[in-house]
Order: sequence, then C-alpha cells, then structure tokens
Amino acid sequence: MSEPMGEPAIEPALTPPLTPGQIRGRRQWPLPKQADPAAPLLQVRNLQTYFKLGSGWVKAVDDVSFGLTDGEALGLVGESGCGKTTTALSLVRLLPTNGRIRGGSVELFGIDLVAKSDLALQRYRWREISIIFQGAMNALNPVIQVRRQIAEPIRYRLGQSEAASQKRAEELLDLVGIPSRRLGAYPHELSGGMRQRAMIAMALACDPAIVIGDEPTTALDAMVQAQILQLLEQLRRELGLSLILITHDLSVVAETCDRVLVMYAGRVAEEGPVARVFTEPRHPYTRKLLGAFPNIRSDRRTLETIPGEPPNLLNPPPGCRFAPRCPQVMPVCTEVVPPEAVFADGVRVACHLYETPVHETPA
Amino acid sequence: MSGRYLGQRVLQALGTIVAIVLLNFLLFRLMPGSPERILLRNPNLSPQVVEATRARWGLDKPLLPDQLVAYIGSTVQGDFGYSFKFRGQSVTSVIADRIGPTLLLVGLGELISAIAGIAIGAYAGWRRGGLVDRVGSGASLVLYSMPYFVIGMPLIVIFAAGLGWFPTSGMTSVGGGDRPFPANLIDLARHLALPLATVSLGLIGQYSILMRSAIIETRSEDYITTARAKGLRDGRVLRAHAFPNAMLPMVTLIAINLGYVIGGAITAEIVFSWPGLGTLTITALSARDYPVLQGIFLLVAVSVVLANLAADIIYGILDPRVRG
Repeated sequence: MSEPMGEPAIEPALTPPLTPGQIRGRRQWPLPKQADPAAPLLQVRNLQTYFKLGSGWVKAVDDVSFGLTDGEALGLVGESGCGKTTTALSLVRLLPTNGRIRGGSVELFGIDLVAKSDLALQRYRWREISIIFQGAMNALNPVIQVRRQIAEPIRYRLGQSEAASQKRAEELLDLVGIPSRRLGAYPHELSGGMRQRAMIAMALACDPAIVIGDEPTTALDAMVQAQILQLLEQLRRELGLSLILITHDLSVVAETCDRVLVMYAGRVAEEGPVARVFTEPRHPYTRKLLGAFPNIRSDRRTLETIPGEPPNLLNPPPGCRFAPRCPQVMPVCTEVVPPEAVFADGVRVACHLYETPVHETPA
Repeated sequence: MSGRYLGQRVLQALGTIVAIVLLNFLLFRLMPGSPERILLRNPNLSPQVVEATRARWGLDKPLLPDQLVAYIGSTVQGDFGYSFKFRGQSVTSVIADRIGPTLLLVGLGELISAIAGIAIGAYAGWRRGGLVDRVGSGASLVLYSMPYFVIGMPLIVIFAAGLGWFPTSGMTSVGGGDRPFPANLIDLARHLALPLATVSLGLIGQYSILMRSAIIETRSEDYITTARAKGLRDGRVLRAHAFPNAMLPMVTLIAINLGYVIGGAITAEIVFSWPGLGTLTITALSARDYPVLQGIFLLVAVSVVLANLAADIIYGILDPRVRG
C-alpha cells in the first residue's frame, strides 16, 4: 500500500531542505494521478450546499467561490449559521445526511472533488484535507487511547505498519507539545488544551495539503487559546501548512491569517488580504462586524450591534441578503444579487455600492 | 483498571450476597407453619416426639444468634438441607442434577441471541431505513413482545407434530443417553433444537432493538464524523468507532440476563418439559418444597450479583472513563 517517497511535487521557495523521517507538512508522496501541477492548491467555484428541510431546501452555502494557495492561511468569518462550517465541510463532503452539494466545483490540484464518487472521495479525506474539529472532547473517541486515534489514519490510510504508525503518532504528539508520559492517555484524561493539541497532531498525521481548523479554540479559555493559536502558527510556518481557519473571533484572524473571507447568510460578502479588509472594510456588513468587535485599546463605548437578524435561508431575499439590515440599502439591493467588485489591492466585495467590476483602491 | 474500582465492585457484590443470605434465612423463617409438622406429617404426634425432633434440628434454639449461625455455617459449606419432595436427596444434589440442562439450553440460547441480535441491531442501526432495518426491526419487535410459550407452541405444532423433524419434549429419548458416542449427542441435539430456537428467538429481539438504538445514538456523535473525515472505510468506522461505544449499554443487559440464565427460562422449559431448573422451580412450588426453593432462590440471587460484578468489570475494561 505504501507509496514510494517521491520528490515533493510542490516545493515552496522558503522551505528548508527536507530530511527523511522529519515530520513535515510538505508532501512525502506524489500528487494524485489526475493532478495538474500548475493548478492552484484549492479553487472553490460557485459552491452550493443545500440542506433538505421538510419540503424545501435551506440554501446554507450559495454560490461561494474562493481560492487557497500553497502555504496560505485563510480565515472564514461570519456570525453563527452563515455557512462557514458548511463551506469547509463541503470540501470533503462531510455533510449531514440531509445535506447535498447542488452545484459548483471544489478543485484540489485541479481535480474536481464534487464530481468524485463517495468511495473515490474517501481517498482525499485526511490525506489531502484534514480537519481540526472544535470541541476535541466530543471529536475524539472516548474509549480509544489518543495515540491510537492519531496512529489510525497512518495505519489505514497510508498503509504503514502498526509499529511505524504508533511511532509516528508519538512523534506527532511530541511535535504538538504533549509530554511522552501522556502517550497512553484517553481523551478524558487530558485537559482541554491538551485534547486540542492531540486533535492538531491527528490532523497532521497524513501530511495533508490543507488543514481546516473549525473553531479550534472556541471551547478554550483565553490563555490556552493563545497557546493553541501560537502552536498552529508555529506549525504553519515550520511545516508550510495551508490553513483554512473558521472562527467568529476576528482577532484570531487578524493574528494568524493572510486572507479573510467574510460570509453572510451563505454568501461571500467580502474577501481579501487581512490587512486590507480589516483596515479598509468595504462591505457594509464587514464594517458592522468589525464595529461589533470589542477593541481593548479603544475607549469603553458600547459595542455596535447590527439590528435585525439573518434571513431565513429557506426563502432568502431575492437581492442582496444583507439588504434588510443594511444601513446603506438602495432600491436595487432588494432586487438584484450584487455582482462582485474586484479592487486593485486584491479585495473583492459583493455590494451594489461598488458598481463597476474593477475599482481603484479607496484612498 | 484501577484496583480501587475493582475493590469497590467486589465489596459491593459481597455485601449484596450477605444481604441475600440473611434475607433467605429470615424469609423462610417468617413463613407460617413449622418445619417439623410439615416433615413429620402426622397430626397425632405426641409432644415429646415433636420436642425431640425440634431439639435434633436445633429448632428449639433461638433464631438469633444460634439458628442464624448454624444456617450460615451450613450455607457456606454448600449444605442447604434435604428436599421434601425428592425424599432422601439433598437440595444440593437435586439442584445439581438440573443445572446442567438449564445451562445448556439458556446459556446457549443467550449466546446465540446475543451474537445474532447485536449483529442484526448494529447493521440495522448503521443502515437505518435499509432492508435489514425494516425487516429485522419489525421482526425483532414482534419476537420481543412474544412470551416463550407463544413462540414455542407454533414450533411444536409445525416442526414436531406436523413435520415430525424433532421430538416434542424432554431432553433424551428412552435410552437415548446410553447409546454410543455420536448417537447420544445427536439425540440430545434433536431434543435441544426446538427449545433452543424458542429461547434464542425470544431473546434476539431484545438485543437487536437495544443495539439498534445504541448504534443510532452513537452514529450522530462527533467522533464518528471525525472517523469519517479521516477517510476510513465505512466498515471500519462502524467496527472501530461506533461499535465499541454502542456495546457499553449492551454489556449491562447481557450480564443481567446471564444472571437469570441460572433460573432457567421457566415457560420455555415447561413447554418442552426440559428437565432444567425452571421445571424444578415449578415442581418445588407445587409441592411446597421449601428447602429446594430456598436453594434455587439463593443460587439465582447470587448468580445475578456475580453477573453484575462481571458486567462492571467488563464495562471498566471497555470504557476507560469509569475506571476512575
């Protein structure tokens, strides 16, 4: 089963030379057969994921497009229920039984995963895209030792021997800072932070191309949260991981991500480099979202809130989905879905305020 | 497993057994009538004879502590006295004669139904709404709701009386047990077939229904999503992740049922005249054979306690969270 150690297919410019046996985020095996070496790492186009609910379909993710380049960290932000997690889980089709991908494509190295059968898709799970779930207490199997759970994908997906997988699991636990005397621990015997570290070690088990962090620090207290983020950041730099970080904590995105994708009611509101989006928010929703976030340095004024609530996604409003709550709403907003306006600084915004397709960066 | 957990369970079991022994002693002392009158069965006995008998059996001594000490002493030595009905036989030997057939019938039935029920339940729950689920769960519910004699009667009518494939009752044909080696086993197997089918069918529904709901509950756990995210095959997700967790409630049920195995499946044994502890219980009841009933009561109670102890220990092995 084990494939020969190939030359890493995608060699980033700044990664130091690799030594065998070293734990690396870089690929230790060739790209999948149909892969296009010139294609971007991940390109999601017009993804539509709906949930069947009673007689209708909940349009949880509607026409979402984004890309991820090698070694990049992308933050997915938005309020609860806006489709962040559904978007991420759609990449490897880990949807509840009533969820369907109704359209669009998810191209990994140029291979469309949406077109794959369930069995064919299994080959891409964890090995190419792995997930750090939120709440490691529930995401780890309570009756299996943590080390065995980390070794499992190495054993069964990479076809390594039992001994080799166990050894690799130990290395990974060491890498995420779990002391070796905790090797035999069960999930309930570890603290929340340690469990999350174990979850991260598990996500790294198969040297995936992309790691998705689904609110990896939400359940942790502030100190541990900072440690986990630091660990993720360190691993990302050392292993050259490509990261998709789902969070509603904007400060986490500001600290760890290169680019940010702001979602509202299943659609992309705004996307671009973190520095640009956070300093110069262009979508009214992004502005409201940033305004609603407490800033330790600003004076203690009351936080801004966004009046109203997100639309019912069984029957979303016909035009811009934010229109009912938007302070700058125009007549066109309630009728026409806003086209994406692309700015020169790499930000794209789906809003009628910016009519022409390409804009100069606002001053 | 920590010694503390194990020690606690063992102590608990021992305490329960002591309580059972005391209850067993008191219960039968509180019954109306006196043992010597039942035994001697002669209303015209002279008081001297009665007194002499009472003295011989220690009944003239006070209940506490003398009689209790004597009772505990003989109980610990496995001496439960003599049967009223089977004259001259000790309770121990009466029960020993019947325990083999019961263990064979109910033990085997328990084993078959646990394995089959768990397999059917697990598959039905994993593929909820599939063919196995619809057929299996429907049949399980019907079987679960039927008492043994309702299952056993049609089996006798069809396979014994109608088709004549199997004998209607008993454990051996006349002289069947004395035949040379393969023949005696075949004779036993033919007698065993229908009662075993009855017991197995009766228990299978219970196991498969519980296992199905345990698997369905487990299936929606986050760690199952994790296992699927790992790209593991569906079968491995079921075997390695869903199954061990779903088995936790099953262990308790199986162990408690195992405790009752000793008591025998009374109705099933009666329907097929199976010479086990179930028929013995009925015989002893109708003959008011108190010593035998007392023995059976103690045996069943102790085995239920021991089976529960076994369940706790197995649970501790399967679930690291309860080891403490």
